[in-house]
Amino acid sequence: MSENLIEIKGVRHAYPTKSGPLPVLDGLELSVPEGGFAAVVGPSGCGKSTLTRLIAGLMKPDHGEVWLHGELVKGPKSTVGMAFQNPVLLEWRTILQNVMLPLEIVPTKLSKREQEDRARKLLALVGLEGFEEKRPSELSGGMRQRASLCRSIVHKPDVLILDEPFGALDAFTREDLWQTMHKVKAEEPFTGVLITHDLRESIFLADQVVVLSGRPAKTQYVMDVHLTGDRDIEHLYTPESAEALNILRHQIQIAQGRTDAEETAT
Amino acid sequence: MTLRQILVPLSAIVLFGVFWEFLVWVNGWPNYVMASPSDLPPAYARYWELFFVMGWQTLWRTVVGLLLAIVFGVFLGMVMGFSRTMRDALYPLLVGFNAIPKATVVPIVALLFVGDHNFNTILIAFMISFFPIAVSVSIGLSTLEPEYRDILASLGASKTTIFWKIALPKTLPEFFGALKVAVTLAFIGTNLMEIVSPHGRGLGALFDSGKTNSDYPLMFAVLIALALMGIVLYYVVVALEKIFAGWAERSPSY
Repeated sequence: MSENLIEIKGVRHAYPTKSGPLPVLDGLELSVPEGGFAAVVGPSGCGKSTLTRLIAGLMKPDHGEVWLHGELVKGPKSTVGMAFQNPVLLEWRTILQNVMLPLEIVPTKLSKREQEDRARKLLALVGLEGFEEKRPSELSGGMRQRASLCRSIVHKPDVLILDEPFGALDAFTREDLWQTMHKVKAEEPFTGVLITHDLRESIFLADQVVVLSGRPAKTQYVMDVHLTGDRDIEHLYTPESAEALNILRHQIQIAQGRTDAEETAT
Repeated sequence: MTLRQILVPLSAIVLFGVFWEFLVWVNGWPNYVMASPSDLPPAYARYWELFFVMGWQTLWRTVVGLLLAIVFGVFLGMVMGFSRTMRDALYPLLVGFNAIPKATVVPIVALLFVGDHNFNTILIAFMISFFPIAVSVSIGLSTLEPEYRDILASLGASKTTIFWKIALPKTLPEFFGALKVAVTLAFIGTNLMEIVSPHGRGLGALFDSGKTNSDYPLMFAVLIALALMGIVLYYVVVALEKIFAGWAERSPSY
């Protein structure tokens, strides 16, 4: 239907509560081309996690359509990879076994040997070489998140959904992981949607930043990011970045209903 | 297992025995008030055959009751863990059942299935010990973080796959915690029935005959034998836990 890999059109969704339905999404639009990486930002509680569950096919919207690869999403697909703020590694498995978990579910042509090689290669890519046989409890928070990232891409998903994966990390670890993300994207190209609260993260990682309005969320603003070539943390301190961040911050304020215009009006 | 790990608990037991002996000696308690450790070896020597026969009866009936409790408790826990409706429906019933002192159930069961001593004993051991297992499994399953499910569900995994790969192993530590409680409870159940029911068998019956004959050292010898069996079963559970849920033990260095 279009060249976009992810296409979300006019999605509306409400959760039933005691005091009637609570609308969380109303008029959500999102298009991500193949190989694109969209960051979704917005005030807290605006339904960003609902969005991830919609794309993953874990739930269906009340209205509107979610298309993946020109196919209407009706249920979970093996072509999706997910990572969350909580790395949710299985503590009774080694890191290597954790990374290989999706290959036990998704049909694969790889032999056991090749599966293991692939998992090892990914772990090396994110800097976890030598930790394959460790248990998750023996790793730091940042390392666990790296392993979780490997698990989300080991089956070569069409779409990678990242739901605030770096939200619980300290600032330096987070910046390390941003760099790792770029490395991963260069080696293992994917189409991604990143949910985040961090505007710097959004412009550093994504090529498209989507601002959602407050609840019920609609697509309020879309910004294309054109930071040059392989990105460095220094790129976050250029005037262009400062300007982009300023615009986004302003948009978030509008989304929160805290603009100057409205303040004078009320 | 280092030498230290054996020596420390062993010397604690020896110290306890010495203290007990001292307490009886210093108070000048006669045997019918409190037997002392030095009275125990003669009691064991006199009745060693009975101890083996009766001890085995108590042991196998306890273990069978416990195994039934595991099967039923895990099943009940699964039903309550996965279905909110079943949880709401069964919890009050279960708590009420557990609140009944089992000592009052023993005579009823003994009358209900009069003559089936093995069956009665196993039934009580089972009834008293399935509760903690059912509760812990249901809590373990119902508190599974949604992300764990989403990880596999988003790949199109079935509910059964999610259960075997994630929900089941994740509840194992809770399950073993409950099993440690259940082991001792099952022993209580077995002995209640053995003591109460006429013409009973097992260590409980031996205890009862000691009571009838005012053989106080024998009664204490039974208590110690029960304690020993309880310890053995407890450590069997600990060993199984190490094998199946050893990952839950955090290494102290982190």
